[in-house]
Amino acid sequence: MITVIQQGDFTTLQDQGRWGYQAWGMPIAGAMDSYAYKLANCLVGNLETAAVIEMTGSGAAFRFDEETLVSLCGADMQARVNGEIIDNWSSVVIPRRGELHFGRTVLGRCAYLGVRGGFDVPLVMGSRSTYTGAKLGGVEGRTLQQGDVLYIGKDTFIPAKVQKLTAADIPVFSKTWTLRVVSGPQTHLFQAEAVLRFFSEAYLVTAADRVNYQLVGPKLAMLDKVDVISDGVGLGAIEIPACGLPYIVAPDHGTTRGFPKIGYIIQVDFPKVAQANIGDTIQFQQVTEAAAIAALKIKRTAYARIRKQLG
Amino acid sequence: MDAFLDDVKLLAAGEGGLVVEFGAIISPAINVCVQAFMRMVSGYKVNGIIEAVPSYCSVVIYFDPFKITRASLTKQIEAILADLQLTKLENLVRRVVHIPVCYGGVLGPDLDYVAKYTGLMVEQVIKLHAGQPYLVYMLGFTPGFPYLGGLSDLLIVPRQEKPRSRVPVGSVGIGGNQTGFYPIESPGEWWLIGRTPLKAFDPTRLEPFLLAPGDYVQFEAISLEQYFSIRHEVAQGIYQLKVSAEEQV
Repeated sequence: MITVIQQGDFTTLQDQGRWGYQAWGMPIAGAMDSYAYKLANCLVGNLETAAVIEMTGSGAAFRFDEETLVSLCGADMQARVNGEIIDNWSSVVIPRRGELHFGRTVLGRCAYLGVRGGFDVPLVMGSRSTYTGAKLGGVEGRTLQQGDVLYIGKDTFIPAKVQKLTAADIPVFSKTWTLRVVSGPQTHLFQAEAVLRFFSEAYLVTAADRVNYQLVGPKLAMLDKVDVISDGVGLGAIEIPACGLPYIVAPDHGTTRGFPKIGYIIQVDFPKVAQANIGDTIQFQQVTEAAAIAALKIKRTAYARIRKQLG
Repeated sequence: MDAFLDDVKLLAAGEGGLVVEFGAIISPAINVCVQAFMRMVSGYKVNGIIEAVPSYCSVVIYFDPFKITRASLTKQIEAILADLQLTKLENLVRRVVHIPVCYGGVLGPDLDYVAKYTGLMVEQVIKLHAGQPYLVYMLGFTPGFPYLGGLSDLLIVPRQEKPRSRVPVGSVGIGGNQTGFYPIESPGEWWLIGRTPLKAFDPTRLEPFLLAPGDYVQFEAISLEQYFSIRHEVAQGIYQLKVSAEEQV
């Protein structure tokens, strides 16, 4: 049994997301940083689908009744076990009646806590991810609160040990991010000059949550005032509403929206969005689809290798 | 119908997304292509497709680029479109889902306003609103929220300037030329003319969603007593949803 003794800014249970229901308007939800999520499970020998805790901004604190193998990935929140600082991107044993405290993030935005076995909450439509918008998944569809009690599941597949990711496999976080972008279904509706500015000038993150990221920078004008009819919008889409300033679509975003999409952040780079804080700078970089797929291939190969090494 | 199919556009939406766009206007004639296409895509079971999301006049197909390349997906989609061209779209079988609504009173606090604005009697508003089936063009905004088409021109009322921050579940509203009902509590800017005791969305049900894209919705006026008795049946899981095959629409 694990007790939440401090709830943090925004702490939820997440997994790989609730896929297959977007046609009915159900957002996918799921971990913001899919890479950190996967590695948090990997480090404790869990199945890829096990639920982890996602913490944003300022972390939570937990008391463990039993000795438990846990993992920490993502943003560096200066985690301490019984007061002693522990390494990020590693697994560690929390002793019986031990306390694990996360602080405010030093670098990055979303931190992940995995436990061997995963967190045992009911599957809702195939996923344990919390979607607060419809109050479902996770613990009662809400953020974790002080006093909540969590139980450990059985989502393991291999024996696990205390281990740490090698430095080369740990992503580098900063306050300026380059996000690679492929064209979107409505790129052609923008003025050439607007597209040029979009890729050459920097944007500032002014708001961020699990629904979307709002950016401030050059305003992007369309060729004509076109009303885009609501259509499907996926993770990483960059929407340009009437004000001309971009939104980045995050996992809890609605499945459809009537905004033109100037581009899509390539899949490999979405974890960077997850780790960008308010006040950080974003530079978009145009790439081809072939480059996006090549990057994805490298990432998947690396993940398969890490999975083997850690196993 | 064929004229629309000649103009189908295939667009990229990220390295794992393909948009099939049947047009750029909201019309039943284009939406029927979307619905027929969706049924064919599910029937074909193309390996590598993660899911397909229909909207007013397009479908986004999310796929795994390592299971199917854009080029081979495009080929398969073109084959489906060719088949679609040979299909009699008017024969597409649709469901008509009957939604009981208690109009007015505390459950429909804006009914009097809508009557006043439109210059109709309250009874006429109800009769018009429940008078004909509405096409479910798509679901979106919140889980299970239907975008309905077919509101009578006589019932068009500009949306509220200040959205309500919390619209109760089941509220039936009118805003602009749209009508619909709220599957979950959410903010909303529509005028609330009634409430249904049915749950358009319930994640604990075997079938979480009451409606599917392409269905028709037929509202039926019920009394407050009926509202409460149906609500009781829904809570006990014994309510029998009234669904009929497509009527002449």
